[in-house]
Amino acid sequence: MKKDYLTVDSIDTKLSIKFFGEFNLYNISEYENRLDKIELTKIKTIILDFTELTFLDSAGAIFIDNLENEFLSKNIVVDTICDNSIVLDTLTLIKKEKDNEHKLSTKKEENGLIKVGQLAYSNYLGFLSFMAFMGEMFATKFHYLRSYKNIRFKEIAYELNGSMVKAFGIIALTSFLIGLVVAYQSAYQLKLYGANIFIVDMLGISILRELAPLITAIVMAGRIGSAFTAQIGAMKITQELDAMRTMGFDPYKFLVIPKIIALMIAMPILIFLADMMGILGGMVVANIDLGITTDLFLDRFNEVVAVKHFFIGILKGPFFAFLIACIAIYRGLMVKNDTQSIGINTTKSVVESIFAVIVCDAVFSIVFTNLGI
Amino acid sequence: MDRVIEVKNLKTTLDNRVIHNGLNLTINRGDIYGLLGPSGCGKTTLLREMVMLEKIQSGEIEVLGQNLNYIKHNQAQKLRQEWGVLFQAGALFSSLTLKENISLPLVEYTDLSTKMIDEIVKFKINIVGLKPSDAHLYPSQISGGMNKKAALARSLAMDPKLLFLDEPTSGLDPISARDFDNLILKLRELFNLTIIMVTHDLESIYGTVDRMAIIDNQKIAYEGSLENIKSVESEFIQTFFEGRYE
Repeated sequence: MKKDYLTVDSIDTKLSIKFFGEFNLYNISEYENRLDKIELTKIKTIILDFTELTFLDSAGAIFIDNLENEFLSKNIVVDTICDNSIVLDTLTLIKKEKDNEHKLSTKKEENGLIKVGQLAYSNYLGFLSFMAFMGEMFATKFHYLRSYKNIRFKEIAYELNGSMVKAFGIIALTSFLIGLVVAYQSAYQLKLYGANIFIVDMLGISILRELAPLITAIVMAGRIGSAFTAQIGAMKITQELDAMRTMGFDPYKFLVIPKIIALMIAMPILIFLADMMGILGGMVVANIDLGITTDLFLDRFNEVVAVKHFFIGILKGPFFAFLIACIAIYRGLMVKNDTQSIGINTTKSVVESIFAVIVCDAVFSIVFTNLGI
Repeated sequence: MDRVIEVKNLKTTLDNRVIHNGLNLTINRGDIYGLLGPSGCGKTTLLREMVMLEKIQSGEIEVLGQNLNYIKHNQAQKLRQEWGVLFQAGALFSSLTLKENISLPLVEYTDLSTKMIDEIVKFKINIVGLKPSDAHLYPSQISGGMNKKAALARSLAMDPKLLFLDEPTSGLDPISARDFDNLILKLRELFNLTIIMVTHDLESIYGTVDRMAIIDNQKIAYEGSLENIKSVESEFIQTFFEGRYE
């Protein structure tokens, strides 16, 4: 037998609703379902009987108050029977609070056009603020580099360890696998034409010139971009950046510029590593699948792959590094005073820096082709 | 009397909300000056404007004779070495140990020997009531009270003339909070400091503050010492100080 329940009895035009046990948050929806089913057209008087009610919580009281108002609006007389003073107090309290409560301001519904406009405008503002960040950095912060004394070698070395030394493993493995995969896929096609030896040309140019820099940049954007953003963002939330400013330590000098410089040094070295590992991966496949010995591979490599391809790949490094570091740090500085914005900005940082790297690569591609390099 | 900070006709708007409108106050040398007011009235914003973390939108602030509106980079750098700021959450650099945190300004701004810096750090650690063995801990390894003390030690590292405290006793248990008050009084004796603090802690106000400003409705509702406070007509002041003046 349930302890908490209600009974509904109707006699002619009279309806009596009797509550038993407790009426609280947990049985409101059940009661609501039952009361909704009652046919009210013929009813003139409703008696709410609380004599058996042992406890009424505030949600239940609001429900009862709404119920009374609903009945009154249908011209039904409501009588309340109650001898429990606590229940009565709760009901009067709810009535009083409901009378003087202000309407909660509802959010205005906006149509799609306004939303699109706002989105476009906020993206435009975001772009402007990134430009402002870059402008501030170039205009006021790079003067630190004019003097030898201002370069923070210790911080740069620390960042180099984090961004370069610890990335050797992942970069080597990724580029080795990329070399392997590219060689393996093209080996099949080349075999059809009996052009086995051209795998060297193909691998040499594609890996040195495009794949190694791009893969390195993408891995670094994921690895370092997110780390920079999260670190600077967390420092902003814990007020460490404010503390630095009040102590007269410019965060740009201590955090931003060392990170950018370290990544610009690290990237070409990592690309060089990726070159080697990518070619090595290709060489393994050429050896196993196409029967090209290592000697033959290297001889051919020396003959057909001009050194300019290597230098173009390396040259891209500092540019990619600059973009990744700037976007990551900018995103870190954009973090507001809530934890959610660290996540949002970290995601944005990685996505935007990969995008920027690919755009930059496309620009390089066009420029170098038009220059005939 | 010697004026350390003067705020004239300050106006601040944040996200279309007017925070301060025509705010004036004066802080004298050697005072422990309290900034009070209901939450959201812009006490911390005012503090941030005084230490050049927020740009002044309208009006003037003068700190140690320097007008912050027209201050040059070099003067600002110099000024920053003459004050210490204690943030609400401490804001110790999480990648450095307590000792490194405290010695950082000394390493960056002075050419003292490592031995001398160690001595100074040891003295500062002692004075705020930390144990020398705590010096090698990282901020994540220490309790909230220790964090505040260490942050205070860091803000005292350069022997500042001015000390800004943002809710120094919030989040501390009552005993630690009273210890902190005593520490602040002791520091004023020792270093002849001027201390500006934002606080909600009544005990701390009665125990330490010489003069105070109460910000309410975008303006200073009251400025002066504790004695005359009950004569002021302000809802916030009446409710806040009610318990003590019956």
